Amino acid sequence: MADLTDGRGAVKRRIGTRLWLAGGWLTLLLLAAVFAPLVAPQDPLAQDLFLTRLPPFWEEGAEAGYWLGTDSLGRDVLSRIIYGARLALVVALVAGSITCLIGSALGLMAGFLRGWVDLVISRLIDIWMAFPPVLFSILLIAVIGPGLHSIILAIVIIDWTRFARVVRAEAMAQGAMDYVASAQVAGRGRIGTMLREILPNVLPTIVVLLTLEMGIAVIVEAILSFVNLSISTDDPTWGGMIAEGRASVYQAWWVLVFPLITLFLTVLAFSQLGEGLKDRFDPVLR
Amino acid sequence: MSFLSVKNLTLRLRDNRAPLLRDVSLEVSAGEVHGLVGESGAGKSMIGKAVLGILPRAVEIAGGEIWLDGVDLLTLPPAARRKRVGGLAALIPQDPLTALNPSRRIGPQITDRLVDILGWKRTEAEARALDLLGEVQINDPARVMRQYPHELSGGMRQRILIASAFAAEPKLIVADEPTTALDVTVQKQILRLIAGMQARHGTALLFVTHDLGVVSKVCQSLSVLYAGRILEQSTVRDFFAAPTHPYSAALLGATPKYTDPEGSLTPVPEAIIARLRAEIAAYDEAHHG
Repeated sequence: MADLTDGRGAVKRRIGTRLWLAGGWLTLLLLAAVFAPLVAPQDPLAQDLFLTRLPPFWEEGAEAGYWLGTDSLGRDVLSRIIYGARLALVVALVAGSITCLIGSALGLMAGFLRGWVDLVISRLIDIWMAFPPVLFSILLIAVIGPGLHSIILAIVIIDWTRFARVVRAEAMAQGAMDYVASAQVAGRGRIGTMLREILPNVLPTIVVLLTLEMGIAVIVEAILSFVNLSISTDDPTWGGMIAEGRASVYQAWWVLVFPLITLFLTVLAFSQLGEGLKDRFDPVLR
Repeated sequence: MSFLSVKNLTLRLRDNRAPLLRDVSLEVSAGEVHGLVGESGAGKSMIGKAVLGILPRAVEIAGGEIWLDGVDLLTLPPAARRKRVGGLAALIPQDPLTALNPSRRIGPQITDRLVDILGWKRTEAEARALDLLGEVQINDPARVMRQYPHELSGGMRQRILIASAFAAEPKLIVADEPTTALDVTVQKQILRLIAGMQARHGTALLFVTHDLGVVSKVCQSLSVLYAGRILEQSTVRDFFAAPTHPYSAALLGATPKYTDPEGSLTPVPEAIIARLRAEIAAYDEAHHG
């Protein structure tokens, strides 16, 4: 019996660490992005041709104040990463939330109301999935022009099916449960049943999908700035930095590697946050 | 006039129009316990679901009438029908594991329908729920009201579902094999509980089961179904004394007796099954066009 309780404690602690690390990294990033003018050691746009390709602080030839080195135009890598987080996080939060809202609503309706609603939404999903997503987004932005709105719109338009498919399946499974029948016998309408009975049970899944989607949004934004289809080229973006760093990777690896690590950690943190929250929210697992 | 009166109810599958219920009629008066017995797939659950308006999507009503307290439910628009059924009837479902919403606490699951749909005050509804949980012999009802379903055993959950079914003082409860998913030892307690609650509250009960032993204990009248046809309807006393249909007699022969647990059981003879199948085929032939 004592062993059993101990085992449970260990599981709980592990979930805690995961949430802590992921939440910690994202909070750090968020604070850095919000207070970028205060935190960033240098002006992210300032070029200085006497200070090009300075190495990070621990290497020979580093200059104080340029912790992670400079790129081939002498711009501070750390400051550019911090300013790049602004765009990345705005895209992650806004595009992730809108995608989640639209996709989940359509999926919930299709999965629970069934009938012609399901028929229309499911066919729409099928058709949507036939488009190659990256090409589709590039085409979309080429047509409506680059900019923050275009990136968000592109992500929403491409990724709503991710939510719709999973939520639909989940809502269908929940809809077959007896508690739904009981609610209907009690006189609850279709919409009421959907919102009060089905939605709370689908919510843990939606939360996980949402955080995953935020990570994906960060990646999509990076891809689009990598191919120079993001916002105006002046503002620093992680994708843009990676593209620039690629050109000089043999002379200055840090220009490529640091934004890449930041991107990686951020996407990982989003997905781990989702898993951690799911463990917390799901009453059956709690 | 009977409280529930089903007349010539015919159900069929939406896709291929295969019949599920064939011209089923039955009457349940106020406060009566009526058993629906039959093999798996005989359509006994479908009758209850049709009355409550929770038929699966794949099933459609092809004809007939369902009169509940003087109104034919099938002539009402869906919203009005839900309202009428919600005020008069309730369900005790088969599987207590899926019949409570896993993400919500027990208390609100019982009180919500009283508050949201029947317009009770929150405090009154909670007092009522506490009373009922006590009545179904749950210790510390206040604590159980704050718990989630997964924290409770199957027997506990079934008690909660019974309490919940009686909460709004319905005049009719459909009990859809309420003991099938439970442990044998718990089955007996739950059965006694349902019978006791039914007697105290004077609720009519449509009791769906495949267990004739259960019928003999709780029901006053019964219908025997085979392949969506009613073969025999009578009082429980007459039925167990002398069943009129040969299939019923064969079913009785295939039921273990408490008085003689070692006694041999006879399966339903092939000849009777063959005759029934022929009758059903003839019926379908006659009603096809």
